[in-house]
Amino acid sequence: MNILKSREFALAAIVASLIIAVGLRAPVFLTGSSLYGMLVDTCFLFMLALAQMAIILTRGIDLSLASNLALTGMVSALFAAAFPAVPMLFVLLLAIAVGAALGLFNGLLIANLNIPPIVVTLGTLAVYRGLIFVIAGGAWLTSDDMSKAFVDFPKLDILGISILLWFAIIVTAAFAFFLNYTGTGRSLYAIGGNPVAARFCGINIPKHLLMVYALAGAVSGLCGALWVSRYGIAYVDIANGFELTIIAACVIGGVSIAGGIGTVSGALLGALFLGVVVNALPVINVSPFWQMAISGAVILAAVIVNARSEKHAEKLILPEARRAAAGGKS
Amino acid sequence: MTVQRYDVLDKEPFRWSNFLLRWEFILALLLIAVMIMGTVISPYFLDIWTLSDATFNFSEKAIIALPMALLILTREIDLSVAATISLASLAMGLCAGLGFGPWPLAGIGLIVGLACGIFNGVLVTKIGLPSIVVTIGTMSLFRGLAQVVLGDQAVTTYPPGFSTVGQGYIIKWPPVAWSFAIFLLLAAVFAVVLHKTAMGRKLFAIGNNPTAARFSGIAVDRMKLALFALTGLMAGLAAVLLTSRIGSTRSNIALGWELDIITMVILGGVSIAGGVGSIGGVVLAVLVIGLATLAMSLVNVPGIVISVAMGALLIVSIAAPIVIRKLIQRTSSS
Repeated sequence: MNILKSREFALAAIVASLIIAVGLRAPVFLTGSSLYGMLVDTCFLFMLALAQMAIILTRGIDLSLASNLALTGMVSALFAAAFPAVPMLFVLLLAIAVGAALGLFNGLLIANLNIPPIVVTLGTLAVYRGLIFVIAGGAWLTSDDMSKAFVDFPKLDILGISILLWFAIIVTAAFAFFLNYTGTGRSLYAIGGNPVAARFCGINIPKHLLMVYALAGAVSGLCGALWVSRYGIAYVDIANGFELTIIAACVIGGVSIAGGIGTVSGALLGALFLGVVVNALPVINVSPFWQMAISGAVILAAVIVNARSEKHAEKLILPEARRAAAGGKS
Repeated sequence: MTVQRYDVLDKEPFRWSNFLLRWEFILALLLIAVMIMGTVISPYFLDIWTLSDATFNFSEKAIIALPMALLILTREIDLSVAATISLASLAMGLCAGLGFGPWPLAGIGLIVGLACGIFNGVLVTKIGLPSIVVTIGTMSLFRGLAQVVLGDQAVTTYPPGFSTVGQGYIIKWPPVAWSFAIFLLLAAVFAVVLHKTAMGRKLFAIGNNPTAARFSGIAVDRMKLALFALTGLMAGLAAVLLTSRIGSTRSNIALGWELDIITMVILGGVSIAGGVGSIGGVVLAVLVIGLATLAMSLVNVPGIVISVAMGALLIVSIAAPIVIRKLIQRTSSS
């Protein structure tokens, strides 16, 4: 059993004990419908954490995911309002395409112009969110403005499970397959693990980066349409600040910001942890204002724990050299 | 005959082409363009009172941009500065309720800011964690604590006299605001330290190659810890100025400022990869952003559209030179 597996196991145990601890205070939390509701609530975070993880694996970061989500959400809401007869599937495809295009724009600047990802996505974070205001003229779209098909879509159940959860399951399965069993997916790990070595192995790094930012954008786009149809509202500030929650989920899930380390189950557990915290606080009568402080403390705890298992060789050079020298003398 | 292994070059002679391609020169042109544009689109732009009024809106951010530039120069970053402001402002608000005077209040703001900075610095340097993750965590933690204490309430009672430093002018004519004067003074100090002292050269060395810097005897971790502490202290100072200016503390005070501040630093030509940057560039970027925001708001451009323009400015100003260089290479090679 390797360390990586045990880390996810430990995280799963922590999440499980957290759920049980909350359940002891408020047994209602442990009912099937409450846990199911929590899962459905966390769907967006599941999908976006996976998308963000794929990027962080390549030593990148995408701060614009939440802005992308909000913009594509507004685009799809406007589209669904203007063409109520168009089937929902088409609206979703449009949202995915728009999201992918926005992601691709990030990718072009990052892969082709070599601008650091944090700089590019810091810029597009502001630009994409501002564009919502521009395209909607500052208006709010509520469920009254949207078509009935659009608003009713997230209420669909298939086999008794919410369509939102199905989307999360499909995206998770796709990412699990992509990152573990395809050459392209493994290349993302290689790029993050050692870009120079990856280059010498013949991996086309710019092409992979373009792809991964477009992929993350596509997931954001999908989430955007689903988000707006679920909550029945589209305006400038939806999912504002969510980009950091997404990154927090990854960090808690053991995804290394230095690249090359991260698993699908880890990212999911990180997202689930935050989902449990958000949903549990009201149940145990703790003010929701605690939520931010708790997630901050958890992020710090997670990164401290994870740092122990991935010590940097560079940092070790000096103490080791000193120890070797001391050993040589004695 | 001795074999010379290394050529130690003299200082490069002055060349116009180098000067014209310098980032600071491009920024200066941009600043002039913004000034001309502002004058053309609004008759109120080129007025001493308007301009001095505008400095209130960016001086607090600009004060934090100075130490942030040093952090980014050494390959670190601090995303928690705005959250530090909220915590420092909260502390001042609570102490104001206990009847503290203006000066002790300012001291408390500075101390809380410094403590936040040291907390970040210890996590980054002593435990060896990546600063971006640490400060995403402390950003939630600091603002979260402010939220826990304040909830949706606000502290609005501050002692008389506390508003002077945030709202007043140090010189009546030409009108220079306290906060802007403090920024200019600090900018001068930062510029001298970074560009004219051994300590400044060490920061560049750390940014270029932390390992080599460590091997050449530079106390890398200690200097980084000091920079985080300094950034926290400046965030505390900004909290004092901001709280004094608006006279109230909410948990969402200065929300999102970290991104504005980092935009100032990056537009100022400080490389996120470390080792490149100047205080002059950051000061010019601050002025470009501040005056462009003023010009747009004078003609009633909504704030959110201004932020689109700033985001676009950031991307275009960094992408354009790279694209131009690529085009030049392509034409010269073909």
